[in-house]
Amino acid sequence: MDPKDQLETRGDNAIEIKEVEGLSQGQIVLRRFFRHKGAMGGLSVLALIMIFAFSAMGIGPIPGWWQYQNPNQTHPMENNGAPTITWPEWLGGPGFSLGNQPFGQDTIGMDNFAQVLSGVKTSLLVMVVLGLTALVIGVTVGALAGYFRGWLDLWLMRITELFIVLPVIVVGAVLGKLLSIAGDKFGWPQEVTSFIWENMPTLLALALGLILWPTMARLVRGEFLSLREQEFVDSARVSGASNWRIITKHILPNAVGVVIVNITLLMSQAVVLETALSFLGFGIQPPNVSLGNLISVNQGAFATRPWLFWWPGLFIILIALSVNFIGDGLRDAFDPRTKRIPSQREMEKATRKEEAATDALEGAK
Amino acid sequence: MSQSAENPAEKAPETIGETLQDAVRLSRQIGEGEIKHGDVVLEVRDLSVNFWVNGEWFAAAENINYELHAGEVLAIVGESGSGKTQSSMSLIGLLPANGRASGSAKLKGIELIGLTGRELQEIRGNEIAVIFQEPMTALNPVYTVGFQIAETLRAHYVMAPSVAKKRALQLMELVEIPEPADSYDKFPHQLSGGQRQRIMIAQSLACDPKMLIADEPTTALDVTVQAEILKLMRELRERVDAAIILITHDMGVVADLADRIIVMKDGRVVEHGSSDEIFNRPQHPYTQSLLAAVPHLGQALEDNNPALKVSMIAEQGQTIPLAPGDPGATAALLMESCSIDYPGQGRRKPFRAAHQINLRIDPGRVVGLVGESGSGKTTIGRAAVALLPVAEGKLSVAGRDITNASNADLLPFRRDVGIVFQDPGSSLNPRLPVGESIGEPLFLHEKLRGRELSNRVEELLDSVELPKAMRNRYPHELSGGQRQRIGIARALALEPKLLIADEPTSALDVSVQANVLKLFYDLQERYGFACLFISHDLAVVEMLSSQIAVMKDGHLVEIGPTPEIINNPQHSYTQRLLAAVPVPDPDEQRKRRELRDAIIAAQGVS
Repeated sequence: MDPKDQLETRGDNAIEIKEVEGLSQGQIVLRRFFRHKGAMGGLSVLALIMIFAFSAMGIGPIPGWWQYQNPNQTHPMENNGAPTITWPEWLGGPGFSLGNQPFGQDTIGMDNFAQVLSGVKTSLLVMVVLGLTALVIGVTVGALAGYFRGWLDLWLMRITELFIVLPVIVVGAVLGKLLSIAGDKFGWPQEVTSFIWENMPTLLALALGLILWPTMARLVRGEFLSLREQEFVDSARVSGASNWRIITKHILPNAVGVVIVNITLLMSQAVVLETALSFLGFGIQPPNVSLGNLISVNQGAFATRPWLFWWPGLFIILIALSVNFIGDGLRDAFDPRTKRIPSQREMEKATRKEEAATDALEGAK
Repeated sequence: MSQSAENPAEKAPETIGETLQDAVRLSRQIGEGEIKHGDVVLEVRDLSVNFWVNGEWFAAAENINYELHAGEVLAIVGESGSGKTQSSMSLIGLLPANGRASGSAKLKGIELIGLTGRELQEIRGNEIAVIFQEPMTALNPVYTVGFQIAETLRAHYVMAPSVAKKRALQLMELVEIPEPADSYDKFPHQLSGGQRQRIMIAQSLACDPKMLIADEPTTALDVTVQAEILKLMRELRERVDAAIILITHDMGVVADLADRIIVMKDGRVVEHGSSDEIFNRPQHPYTQSLLAAVPHLGQALEDNNPALKVSMIAEQGQTIPLAPGDPGATAALLMESCSIDYPGQGRRKPFRAAHQINLRIDPGRVVGLVGESGSGKTTIGRAAVALLPVAEGKLSVAGRDITNASNADLLPFRRDVGIVFQDPGSSLNPRLPVGESIGEPLFLHEKLRGRELSNRVEELLDSVELPKAMRNRYPHELSGGQRQRIGIARALALEPKLLIADEPTSALDVSVQANVLKLFYDLQERYGFACLFISHDLAVVEMLSSQIAVMKDGHLVEIGPTPEIINNPQHSYTQRLLAAVPVPDPDEQRKRRELRDAIIAAQGVS
């Protein structure tokens, strides 16, 4: 053996490195995320729902493939309003077909399929807008408070606390109601009122985002408080980096785990909150359609037409659950402490592989 | 030290046995009858430890064979990653979930490998106990230390809490905890690091184990505390019959304690022999290099033109005046009666960490700053790069007064200073490739971009002896020594006039430390920067610096040319600090130990 080889050692973390060789932090997180079965299930369900809803009911001016693009149009009763969807043979049905009213019709003959899928679109829109609003405000407030500390931290945190004590459902209800009556009440011009009505889901999501950011701000602040004490921040400061650069380049990327995890969990909360508000009649008002408001409008007919309850309920549960699962998977992926623990089977497989390798070696001799 | 702990050797052994003999065992005892000194306690045959990584088994330790006799200290020496810890932890089933142990390890005829559940629990703490590396985290912060000792006892014996407390107090006396009765009800955070490590030792001795595994028991401690813990362990091995496995990377620690030594490298045993054989006639080149890596005292640099000829010491309540420097040059660092506060937070009051410091570093000189943790040496380093404000006095770097400089004024100043941090793990941004970390000062000050920037980064990587391809790696992919080299490269990027090295090697293995220090020395020769080298290890400082300043509790107590400080220390604290440095030679170490005891006896403190 070469004497230099005898002295060189493999280094202090050789085994840990094996696992992550050649990967950046982001790639490691992504790999862990893709291994998380729950998160992958959630991600695919959510993607399917999104594709289904947007392709059926269209995006913006682009129409979808469904025959009735206006969810508020009434149609003659078919099949007594019951769903015309038939199940495929392997599920015990006569073969798969959608029919004219796959999800059934309500008491005045509106197409439930168009209504539910428009509601899903609304829910997804509310989810994203609310998430982004809370993200921007929460991260900004949290980063400033955590990084600069002192009086700025003091004031920002008192304001945050003020928002935390607001009961979300009550404030949401007031804001939602205000949106729908503000135009008449304050005598705003027609254009403003109609703008409000047309964009009610977005505006409601914005309003809710404006009261739901405090948790995000607190978490980001905590993360900043601990990260700013790390030596790599000091060394950036000694290198001459400005506060702005330290915050955006050095600290924020390291806090991204907390941010992403929190935002996904907030999003699943948003879906349920919007539904609850609309169900109470304070959220999204007809002619806008949302899942909660569908349940609210049709609640009298549940005994006679239960499908009016099944379909929106099913989608609410699916969306909220899958977003939650994604959030769970992200949390595990970003947590540096989660190590991959191999199952018994995987370990046995590795042992067999090792034995085969030694056998082959001996066979070659 | 208290009265009660004065002479533990005389009363402890008798009483300690008694309480246990009366108690009813819950866990079975292994092996029949008494264990006498020299009996084989543990027999390890072909022990291998593997880790499952991405579908393959990766060997952490392979085919290890040894025997352990009662009353003996077996040292397993090797660098981090050599498998020394994992092979020992596999004996008591403490491998992580993706680990696997194979082979055989028999404790008095009982096979340990593959033991699970109740049987394993009966061994842990009872027959085999562990002293962990980090006393800060190995004790549970929400329970009192006394409770934690008693808990071990009551897990293995039917014992009334009062009886367990009695024995716990005896154990605390045995490990020389001052005022055991008071300390019993203290929480871990109320004790110092050394005392916490003593508690850990007391806890591990609670059930009279046959075997102790000490996993780097002194690595996390200061040199002076380390010397005390080693002294304690040396005394304990006379008094208890347990066999001890001492895991460490520091040959200096081993010289003090071990009877036999196993040297491990990359999971294999490269050399196995008695302490005398390994230290005096090492066969394997790796063993020789490990021995050579331990910094020796007495290799001081000769300063050809010392401005400061004799040491200056501070008596009680005095401060050392500013040392004379080269009159023709502007001092690279000049501190005049500087006091520095560690900033308070919220309701916590600011804490004065350095009082009235007078310190001067001439261009191109290296000044070592030594002291224990909490002595304020890091505070001085951080103030010198304007990370902490100066509360009183005047601080200037390369002729630029930065005492009350604003952030904007500091930007040009940042070009002149660099700092290498202690912990290479946290001083690099985990989300940036290391090339970007190195290039940051160049990016910000010289406005270098693209090709130009990466050329400079590659040059810098070259100068710290790392391959150029490494600039695209992330910090978590590098070993501790490589990360520290990156840290040095970044600090040198702008060729600063003053470099602060804040314990740059204390988180590294001894052999890695030797390489990094050599690199540091070469770079200093080449770039000629002035340097404040902060360390708690006098032997390390001695290798590099022409002057040494000694700090204690926020005051400079002695400053002088290196040979003066090493060979003729004036201040009593410097003398104690010097005597505590372990040396990788059993005979010399024995002499030093006696010297240290004499100094402590003469000074009447410990």
